Order: sequence, then C-alpha cells, then structure tokens
Amino acid sequence: MLLTLTDVEVAYGAVTALRGVSLEVAEGEIVTLLGANGAGKTTTLRTISGLLRPRAGEVRLDGCSLSTIPAHDLVARGVSHVPEGRRVFPSMSVRENLLMGAYRDRRHARADLDRVLALFPRLGERIGQAGGTLSGGEQQMLAIGRALMSRPRLVLLDEPSMGLAPMIVRTIFEVIAEINRNGVAVLLVEQNATSALRIARRGYVLETGRVVLADTAAGLLADDRVRQAYLGEDVTTAPPDTTAPPDTTAPPDTTTHAPSS
Amino acid sequence: MSARPRTLGASVLLGLLAAVVTGPTGDSDEPLRAAWDSIADVRIVLFLGLAVALWLVLVLGPRLRGLVAAVTAPPRRRLTAATLTMTARRSVAAAGRRGRTVAVGGGLLAVAVVAPLVVSTAAQQSMVNDIGIYALLALGLNVVVGYAGLLDLGYIAFFAIGAYATAYFSSSTAMPWHAPFVLNPFFVFPIALILAALAGVVLGAPTLRLRGDYLAIVTLGFGEIIHLVANNADGITGGARGAFGVPHLSVHLAGVDYAWGIDPLPYYYLLLVIVVGVMVAFGRLERSRIGRSWAAIREDEIAAEATGVATLRMKLLAFALGASVSGFAGVLFASKQFFNPQSFSLQASFFVVAVVIFGGMGSRLGVVVGAVVLQGLAFYLRDKVQPADRYIYFGAVIVVMMIFRPQGLVPSRRRRREIELSEAGVGAADSLGSATPTVVRP
Amino acid sequence: MGFLDQFWQLSVDGLMVGSLYAVIALGYTLVYGVLQLINFAHSEVFMLGSFGGLFAARALLPGDGSVPGGAGSIALVAVGLGAGAACGGLAAFTLERVAYRPLRRRAAPRLAYLISAIGASLFAVNLAGKEFGRQNVDLPDLFHNGTVFRLFGAAVSTQTLVIFAVAVAMLVGLDRLVAGTRLGQGIRAVAQDADTAVLMGVNVERIIIVTFVVGGLLAGAGGFLYAMTFNASYSMGFVPGVKAFTAAVLGGIGNVRGAMLGGLLLGLVESYGGYLFQASYKDVIAFGVLVAILMIRPSGLLGERLGRAA
Repeated sequence: MLLTLTDVEVAYGAVTALRGVSLEVAEGEIVTLLGANGAGKTTTLRTISGLLRPRAGEVRLDGCSLSTIPAHDLVARGVSHVPEGRRVFPSMSVRENLLMGAYRDRRHARADLDRVLALFPRLGERIGQAGGTLSGGEQQMLAIGRALMSRPRLVLLDEPSMGLAPMIVRTIFEVIAEINRNGVAVLLVEQNATSALRIARRGYVLETGRVVLADTAAGLLADDRVRQAYLGEDVTTAPPDTTAPPDTTAPPDTTTHAPSS
Repeated sequence: MSARPRTLGASVLLGLLAAVVTGPTGDSDEPLRAAWDSIADVRIVLFLGLAVALWLVLVLGPRLRGLVAAVTAPPRRRLTAATLTMTARRSVAAAGRRGRTVAVGGGLLAVAVVAPLVVSTAAQQSMVNDIGIYALLALGLNVVVGYAGLLDLGYIAFFAIGAYATAYFSSSTAMPWHAPFVLNPFFVFPIALILAALAGVVLGAPTLRLRGDYLAIVTLGFGEIIHLVANNADGITGGARGAFGVPHLSVHLAGVDYAWGIDPLPYYYLLLVIVVGVMVAFGRLERSRIGRSWAAIREDEIAAEATGVATLRMKLLAFALGASVSGFAGVLFASKQFFNPQSFSLQASFFVVAVVIFGGMGSRLGVVVGAVVLQGLAFYLRDKVQPADRYIYFGAVIVVMMIFRPQGLVPSRRRRREIELSEAGVGAADSLGSATPTVVRP
Repeated sequence: MGFLDQFWQLSVDGLMVGSLYAVIALGYTLVYGVLQLINFAHSEVFMLGSFGGLFAARALLPGDGSVPGGAGSIALVAVGLGAGAACGGLAAFTLERVAYRPLRRRAAPRLAYLISAIGASLFAVNLAGKEFGRQNVDLPDLFHNGTVFRLFGAAVSTQTLVIFAVAVAMLVGLDRLVAGTRLGQGIRAVAQDADTAVLMGVNVERIIIVTFVVGGLLAGAGGFLYAMTFNASYSMGFVPGVKAFTAAVLGGIGNVRGAMLGGLLLGLVESYGGYLFQASYKDVIAFGVLVAILMIRPSGLLGERLGRAA
C-alpha cells in the first residue's frame, strides 16, 4: 500500500480536528476525500505532508512510518502536495514557480518543464509573468504543474476547483485524470463531489474529524446520504442518477477497504 | 541519542561564557586576554561543574519531574478541553481568591511600609530613585506591553518630557530655557501628564496603523531623538550638564505647609501612595470595558475589530496612557534629584522593558515585583561589578526569561493562558500581527 | 563655503557611508523577509564583526605604528574583512540559536522575539564593553596616499575608494546570490510562503540559519569597513543599526535592492543634512527620516517582498 493512515488524531491546541482517521491510497489510484467545511479534509492532507503532527495514530508511506520524517523530505519520497488556495509564489515568475517544484532534485528539471508546459500550454504563454498576476485557473494549473516537477508517485490535491469557472474546472479534472493515467496516485479533496467521484476509484466521507463512509466511487454516488449532503439532491424525489456515466475504472468489488493494488 | 552530547556541548559553552562574563575586565590592547584569563583560572572548575550539573538536569530533568509530580501535588494542568471548563469554575473560585488577594496585598504593603526603616540611607535612596520610580514606569509601560500587546522602546522619552517640563515650569534657573513664571512642581504633574500623552498620540497615531513591530522601531528612534536633542541643545536644555536646582515638592494648602527635601523617606512614602493608587486604578481599568477591549485585541485583533472594538483608538489610548504615567514619573524624578540626559538613555528604556518582562507583563503586582527584584539586584551588584557590566546580567535575564518563562515571575493569569494557547496555535498573545501564515483551521 | 561648493564632497562622503548602511541593511531585510521579524540584535552582530576585523588587522600591523601601504595594506584589508565576516557570521549564528530558535520551536508570540533580541543586544554590548574596554578603538589609516583623484572637485581617497568598491562588490554578490542560486531560490520561497516552501522540499530551518549567517557575514565585513574610517567601540552598533534599519524600510523591507537604494539615499541625505544643520544632528536627521517614511510611505520606495529583488 502506498499510503496508509491508521487512527490518526490531530489537534490544534484544545481543538481536536481529526478523531481517528484511517484511510488508504494504493499505487496509481485516485481516491477522493469528501466532507463539509471543517470536517478535517485539509487537516488530513496537511498531516500526511508533515505540516501537522498527529497526536495519536500513524501515517505510513510504503509501509514506513512518517512520524520522524521532516515535512521537507516528503517531496524526495514521492509525495507532492497542491495546497488549498493554490499558494503559488506571488513574486516569482511562472518558470521560477515551476522550478521550485524541482527544488530538491534538479537533474530532470529541463525535461520536466517541457513536459508540464505540454500538459498546460497556457503556462507556456505566461512563462515570464509573476505568479501573483495569473488568473485563478492559471494559478491552479501552475500549482499542479509545480507539484508534477518533482516526479511524484502521489499527489495530494486540495480543492483544485475552488472558485473556478466550470469550463476551467473541467480542464483541471481532465488533467488530473491524465496525470493519473501516467501512473500517479491522487488523493483528491473536493467540495465538488460529482466531478470528484466521476474520476475517482474510491472515496471517503469525513464528518467532524471522522471517516463516516468509505466506498467505491460508484457506491458513494449511489448512497442516499452522500447524494443528499454533497450532491445537493433531494433523495426522496430525485430519480436515479443519470448524469454520471457508469464508472469504468471502479473495480467490481464494493467492500469498503479493499481496493485492488 | 545524539541530542545528549550536543546538550553537553551547549552546557559547557554556557559554562565558559558564564566564566567570561564573571571574569576579569579587559581592554582593547589585548582583546582576548580577559576572556583567556577567565578560562585559564581555577574558577573554571566550578563553572564546568555547574555546566555538567546543568546538563544532568536537562537530560534527567523530564524523568525527575515525572517522579516529583507523581509524589507531590496534583498533575500540571494540561492544555485540553478541560481548560475550557475551568473558565466556568473560575467564577466560583473568584470569591475565595479575592480574600486571599487582599491578605497578600495587605502583607506586601506592610512590608513596603516597614522596609525602608530598617535599611541604610543609600538603600533608601535606591528605593526611591530606582525601585519606586521604576515601579511607576513599569506600571505605565505595562499598559502598553501587557495590556495592549504593543512594544514601546522609547518609553523613557516621555519620562524625559516630564522631567524637562518640570525644569521648565518650576524653576527659572534649572535650564537656560524656562517659563516666564514659576510653578510649584505639584502643578506640573497635570501639565507633564498632558504633554506626555500628547507626544504619545502624535507619535502613535500614524505608526499604530502600521505593523506593530514598526512601532517598536519608531519609538526607539523617537527615544533617541529626544535623548540627542536633550544632550545637544545646550541653549535650551543645558545639554549634557543637565538641569540643576529644580525645587523639591512642597505643599502649601490651608494651613498645611510641608516640603519634601533631601531625606528620601518622605519621597518614598509619597511614591508608595502613588504606586498603590496607580495599581488600584489600573486594576479597575483592566476589568472595565476598555481592559476587555485590550484583551480582545491581543487575542484576535480581526475578531475584535469585527465585534466593534475600535482597535486603533484602543491601542492609541493604551500608548498615550502609558506615556502619561511616564511623564508623571518624570516630574517626581526631576523634583527629587538633579538629572542629566544620561538618565534618559536607551538603556533606561530597555531596563523598563526588562522590568515588565521579568515581573510578568500584564500583571500589576508582577511589574512592581520586577522593579524591586531587578533594581534590588542592581543595588546589590553595584559594589561587586562595574555599573555598566550589570546590563550583561539584565540582558541574560531577559533572554532566559523569554526562553523558559515568558509569562514572567508573577504572571497574570490571563496572559499566561494567552501565551499557552497562542503557542498551541489558537489566538494570539500580542498585537504585532501574525508572523507566520495563520493556521488553517479545520 | 556654501553648500554648492561642498556638494560633490558631501556626495562622495555620503555615498561611502551609505554603502555601509546598505551592507548592514541587507541583514535586516533578509531576516525580515524570511521570518517577518526585526532582528533587533543585528547591530551587535555588526559591532562584534567590527571588533573582530579590527583586532585581526591590528595584530598584523608592525609594532612601530607604521602601515605597510600598497599591496600590504590591501592584504590587511582582506584579512580584516575575512575576520570581520567570520566574527559577524558566528555572532549571527549564535544569536539565532540562542535567542530565537527556542522561541520558534514553541511558536512564541512575536513580542517575545523582539524582547529576546533586546536582551541579547544588551548582553552583547555590555560584554563587549567589559572585554574590550569602553573607549573607542581605532585603526591607523591603512593607505599612505590621501587623495587619489578628484571628482568634480571632490577629493576621493584610496580608503574611500576601497570601502566603496568592497561594499558595492558585496551588494552585487548578494543580489546574485538571492536572484540566481538555489539558496536564493529557497530564501525567496520561504519569504513568500514558508508553508508552501516546505511542500516544495525546502528545509526552512536551514534557510533561516543560513539567512542569519549571510546577514552576519555582510554586517561583520561592513563592520570592519566602518572601523577603517571611523572607529570601533562596544556601543557602536546602535546608531548605524537603526540607520541601516531605516535604509531597509526606506527601500521596502524584505526587498534586497531596496535596501541598497535606501542605504545610499540615507547616506546622502544625512551627509547633506549634517552640513546644512549641524553635524551633531546627523543622527536626528536619520531618525527623522525613519519616522517620516513610516508615516508617509511605510512600504518603502521599491515596495516590500524579497521575491521582487530578482
């Protein structure tokens, strides 16, 4: 298993944010983390990256505990985190921002730069412009592109669609699927549950710091509670979901914690 | 574990530094001589012994503390949800605590009344000029640092304003520049109060809108400007010579004729009355709407602003109030004794900061205790080390306090909780703005 | 003699002093950029570097009070610069480890840093006073020939030239370091967004200590240059320190090129002002400039942010 969280508890001072979260991400799969504001989604990602330390429980990468690994060494182990709100370096140019992604290992920087610019041609047009002057969508592309510069095996994506126009959201989700096709695992935190579940294989639902549901994407899309809470549907009257195409990537099994790896 | 040898190394370095600090005085012709003599001396055995002892305490400390905690007293309060329920219980405990506070306060006051009667005249002088005046200054700065969470590094400038105002108004000979009339120093109190507060507003109004740490530098610059002007403007202030012959305080009212003189005791009791009065007044202020606004600004300025606290005005009020206390103290100082610009140096400002921090910012009793302890230490050290060398120890005390006991010697309950919470990532404990990107709440 | 007659001479003197302010200002600006913290004790780093360089150079001077001149003097300057930089770097490292790092580890409020810095500053100043005496210590003029050439009638001495050249070289070197190296990339990333820098694999703790040391190296070398023209004393740090901070704010704190511009400008303003008013009010003018900028344009001439330097 690529990433495993076991009973992770995190607190900000007296406020407990995560109360025993367990989840898994296998090599090459997209897993989504759903939940309302304040449920602990961002906290979970920040804990995986080592920006926050669990009070109890454990985060394991490739079976090795991350408890003694400093946050800045995680990139070298193949984990890239695209933070909430994109957080591009505002006074650095697009090129400098992308090169920051290759801070730890510059050997492939040139080739990777070309690769990322091929994925996001828009960034190529803006290559010398300061990150802070880009539009929201471009900043999101930049943040994702920057994360890819380190050749990650796992990308943590925090609300990539936040505040973006639907057109751009579609592009971003296409790119996420594309990245995943190249074998990169993705842990995707999203408010936009429909889009997230459409590209994900499995998903978890967080509520006040606890995992309350874990299922395949198809299973979650069919779940009444999920549809009511996160897809904005009134379950009593809504017809069966026809907008989402059948998820071809989902494995046939529907057990909660058994993704094929 | 690699941490242990490193801790030992740090302890030994600390021991060597302590040896150098307490060792002989050197000069520039042989710059390393004094340091070398300090280390190549038998005393080094003592310091290295202390270093090893320190190391042992640091390494074994956690284990020892666990042992002690298990044997004695209830366990230390952990910062958990339990802290929040403490708030509810506080009101119940408050009544009992009030009785204890009165008893402790009465006891301390009795000591303060009797103490000067049993010490030497030199010590009495020090109790007025050093302890009394600095206790008053610290109470004023405490409003700025402790209540409003700002840092004023030019605090002594307002003290200078008070002192020079006294020379200007109450004597026609003390300075080349003087008022066309002569006032009893008592009447200068309100004038100095207003002048210092005005200076505080003029200085604070534009800068308080900026980041809080800029205020520190602006006040520092202002303090230095006042010091330099006082020192250089020979035709106005008398320059480096200082002001001579400011009359002592005196009362001529309805049959009462009393003049303070060279004897320090009357000044001491006057100061004691003023200090206690200021403590009581500021205690009321702290519990008032204004005091609660300050607390709100310290803990979360944006939330305070959002709930209708006029943050800028409240900060300015604290700044001006602190300044006026300093100006007030300046009048007392000037009428008590001869002064020159040296009394208003930057180090004096720093010393007041040290007193407030050491005693416990936000705690009225704390800052007075701070003045007593630090000035007492200064008095004790004055025959033992060169006067200027005492600042080495004060500097070290400040750093050590910030590392190990940032809440001070006699902490204010509220301030301690704020520091603990802010270090756990909840809220803030000063008004300087956030240094690091704010924690993204879950 | 009128102001206009003296204008060029005042400009030359002002630029020389200003280049030193700029060198010290870089330490404030770098640390502020990375930690959003006024490193109040930076002036003492400058002072200790100054003593280090001065004592090293004095130790190599022949006992008869003569100076070698020419290449020998250049070598002396190099030794002084090296020793000054080493002492400054060491002092900055120690300062960070002792006075700041323990506070950072428990995320102390910002007020605590400022106060800790004041404590460290008091400690260092007075310990230096105790160890090295409390008189001014000076270095003989290292160069025999006074005036090398005249610039619009202003005399430019070898010493002035050397100081200005070294200071400018350091400024350019630092600019290149921040703009064009991996270390500079890390420094800028931490300055703009420390959390995200961590996600990129930047070791923030290391960047912080390196930033302190780089600032210390510059301040220490600058301290030696300062001692060459003026003198060194235990209390020498404060005034140039506040002026350098003024320069940093004038240019836009956190902005490397701003600090350079601010330093040179402040040197000029002070030089002209000192002539027009009275030399003893030079410091008052500098502090006045500080208060005025903070009131009129607190973000400085070139704006804040370390990243914009590149």
